[in-house]
Amino acid sequence: MQLKTESMTLNMGPQHPSTHGVLRLELEIEGELVLNVIPHLGYLHRCFEKHAEAMQYNQVVPYTDRLDYLASIGNNFGYAITVEKLLGIKVPERVEYIRVIMAELQRIASHQVALGSNGADLGAFTPFLYLFRDREHILSIIEETCGARMLYNYIWVGGLSHDVHPDFVFKTKEFVEYYKPMIVELDNLLSYNKIFIERTANVGILPLDTAINFGASGPTLRGSGIKFDLRRDDPYSIYDRFDYDIPFGQGLQGTVGDCWDRYYVRVREMEQSLKIIEQAIDQIPEGDVKSAIPKRIKPPKGTAYARVENPRGELGYFIISDGNTNPFRVKVRAPSFVNLEVLGELCKGNLVSDVVAILGSIDIVLGEVDR
Amino acid sequence: MYQYLYDLTGSGILSAFIVASFPLVNVLIVVVVGVYLERKVSAHMQDRLGPMRTGWHGSLQLIADFIKLLQKEDISSKDTDKFLFNLAPVLVFTAAFAAYATIPFSSKLIGSEAEVGIFYIIAISGIVVVSILMAGWSANNKYSLLGAMRSVAQIISYEIPTALVVLSIVMLTGTLSLGKMSEMQTAYFWNWNILGGAGFGFTKFLLIPFMVVGFIIIYISTLAETNRTPFDIPEAESELVAGYFTEYCGMKYAMFMLSEYGNMFAVSAIISILFFGGYQSPFGYFGNSLNAHWMIPYEQAFWFLLKSWIFILVQMWLRWTLPRLRVDQLMTVCWKYLIPYAILNLIIIGIISLL
Repeated sequence: MQLKTESMTLNMGPQHPSTHGVLRLELEIEGELVLNVIPHLGYLHRCFEKHAEAMQYNQVVPYTDRLDYLASIGNNFGYAITVEKLLGIKVPERVEYIRVIMAELQRIASHQVALGSNGADLGAFTPFLYLFRDREHILSIIEETCGARMLYNYIWVGGLSHDVHPDFVFKTKEFVEYYKPMIVELDNLLSYNKIFIERTANVGILPLDTAINFGASGPTLRGSGIKFDLRRDDPYSIYDRFDYDIPFGQGLQGTVGDCWDRYYVRVREMEQSLKIIEQAIDQIPEGDVKSAIPKRIKPPKGTAYARVENPRGELGYFIISDGNTNPFRVKVRAPSFVNLEVLGELCKGNLVSDVVAILGSIDIVLGEVDR
Repeated sequence: MYQYLYDLTGSGILSAFIVASFPLVNVLIVVVVGVYLERKVSAHMQDRLGPMRTGWHGSLQLIADFIKLLQKEDISSKDTDKFLFNLAPVLVFTAAFAAYATIPFSSKLIGSEAEVGIFYIIAISGIVVVSILMAGWSANNKYSLLGAMRSVAQIISYEIPTALVVLSIVMLTGTLSLGKMSEMQTAYFWNWNILGGAGFGFTKFLLIPFMVVGFIIIYISTLAETNRTPFDIPEAESELVAGYFTEYCGMKYAMFMLSEYGNMFAVSAIISILFFGGYQSPFGYFGNSLNAHWMIPYEQAFWFLLKSWIFILVQMWLRWTLPRLRVDQLMTVCWKYLIPYAILNLIIIGIISLL
C-alpha cells in the first residue's frame, strides 16, 4: 500500500534567531529535507526611494546610511559619487583618500559581522564575539572622527562631514598591525575547523553561470570562482592607485562556489582591505575636506548611474534629475536584494540546517533588501 | 549511607529522608554551580566578563534568574496537549534525578548500593527520550516537533556506543555495581581503568590503548546524550529556535535546564567512575597516613567531585569552541565510526581480559 505523505510548511522568520533581520522564509520540508524555499520580503520596507524624491540632494545622505546598515559608509560613498557625477564636480585628493580608507575600514567591519554571524548560525559563538571585539576598534576609530558608531552620515556630496580626528592616522595604523594576527586566529578557530568545513564545504554550491544569470555580485559572485570586483574592473574614486589582490573561490575544501568559498573570500578580503589601508594611510595629502561641497545642489537635467563595490556586492544608484533641488527619482540596486534571489536555487534539496548555513554565507542585510 | 546515618541518629525515618534528599540537594548545587561556571567560563573564553552586577562577580545571578523564572506566568498555546505538555518537564527531571541514586560519591556516600547500578542508570536515562518526544509532540509547534525528532534519534543512537563501552568495562571488572567498580580501582592512579585497571603484568599494559579509545568513545557519545555542542542540534538555537522546549516558559523551562545540568554531572560522574577510579584518590589518603580514618570518606567525596567537575569543564570548553554538526553528520559519526570502533574495542578488551 502506498502511504499518502504530505510535506510540511515551516515558517522561518520573521522572528527567528538566524534570518539576520526580518526575513521570512517559507520552507516546504519533508522531514528535514527542504523541497522549496520562498523568501517573503518587505517587513522592513521604509520607502527610501520615494522619500528621496521629497528631499534635497544633500538631505538624502542620512537615509542611505540605513540601507545596508552594516556598511553605511559604502552607501554614502555610492550616493555621493553618483550625485558628483551628475554635478560634474571633482573632490579634493584628501577627501578621496579618507573616503577610501573609511570605506575599507567599513568593509572589514562589515565582513566581521558577516563571518561572525555565519559562524554563530552554525553554533560557533566564540568567533562571533572575537570578531565583534575587533570590530569595536574600527567603530571607535570612525566614532572619533564623525561621532557615530553605526549610521555615520559621513561622506557628503563633494566632501566629508568632518575632517578626520588628529589621532586617526596613528590609530588606523595601530589597528592594521593589531588585526593581522587576528585574521590568523580566526582562520585557526573557525575557517579550518573540521566541523565548520563539514558544515559549509560542498553545501549550497552556486555555479558560476547561475551566479551570473541571477546577477549576484560581491563575495557571493567571487565565491563562485571569478575575479570580478568593481574596485578593479570599474575603478571609481582612487582605487586604481593601490595594489591589491582580489580573492575568489577556489574550492579549497570542496567544490568551487560552496558556502565555505564564500566565507573564505570574505576572510581574505579583510586582508586585502588592510593592504589598501596600509598603502593609503601614508599618502593622505593636506587639504580642506569641505572645500568642494556645493552650497546648493541643483544638477542639470539628466541621469547618472554609478556603482561601488560594497561589502555585500555591487551597490548602484541611478538618479534622474529634472533640474530641481530634489532628485526626480532615485533607484538603488541593492546587492543583498539581488543576492538573496539565489537562495531558492541553493536551498532546494538541502537540509534545514543547511538553509541557515547558506543564508549566512550569502550574507544579506534586510535594511538593504527591503529599503 | 543509610546504615551510617542510622547508627548516628538511631531514627530510620530521618536517615531514610536524608539519604533520599541528598541527590536532590546535589542536583541543585550542581545546577547552581554549573550554570554560574558555564557563564563565567564562556565569558572568559570569549574575552568578556559575564555576569558581574548581582553579588560578587555575579555570583547571585542564578538566584535572580530562578526568582524571575518562578514569577513567570505559565503560558501555553491554545492547541497544546496540556497533560503531556505539563508531564514532560517533570518526567525529564525525574529521569535526570533518578540517575543519582546509584552514583557513589564516596565509599560511604551512596544513595543505593544497587548491584546493577550502571545498568540502572542506562535504563533510567532512556526515560528522557520519552519525555522529550512528549514535549515536542504536545507543544504543537513545528520547531518543537523537529527538535524532538532530532533529539530522540540522537539520544537513542548514541546510547549504543555508550552501552558498548560500559559493557567493556563491565567485562573487565566483572561487576555492574558502580560502588564495586570504584573500589576495585583503589590505591594509586595506575590502578584506574584508563591505565588498565587493578590487574598485573602484561595484560594491563595491553589494555591501556583500548581503554583510552573507549574513554574517547564514551566521552563523545555522552556529549551527544546530554545535547552539548558539537551535538546540540536538537536545540540548535539558530535553526530550531530552542528545539523541543521552544514553547516552554517559566519553571517548566527551568526544569529542562535543571535536568540538562543534572545530566551533565551524571555522565561526568559515570565517566570518572568507569575510567578514572571514581572516588579513589590518585595517591593514597591523608586519613590513612594521619591515622584519622574518619577523614577518608570526605577525601573521597572531594576527589570524586573534582574529577567530575573537570569533565564538566571540558564539556564547557568544547561547547564554546566548536560549531555544531548537521543532523546527518551526527548520525554518520555515531553509526559509521563510534559504534564499529566500540564493538571492536569491546571484543578486544573481552579477549584481553580472558588472557
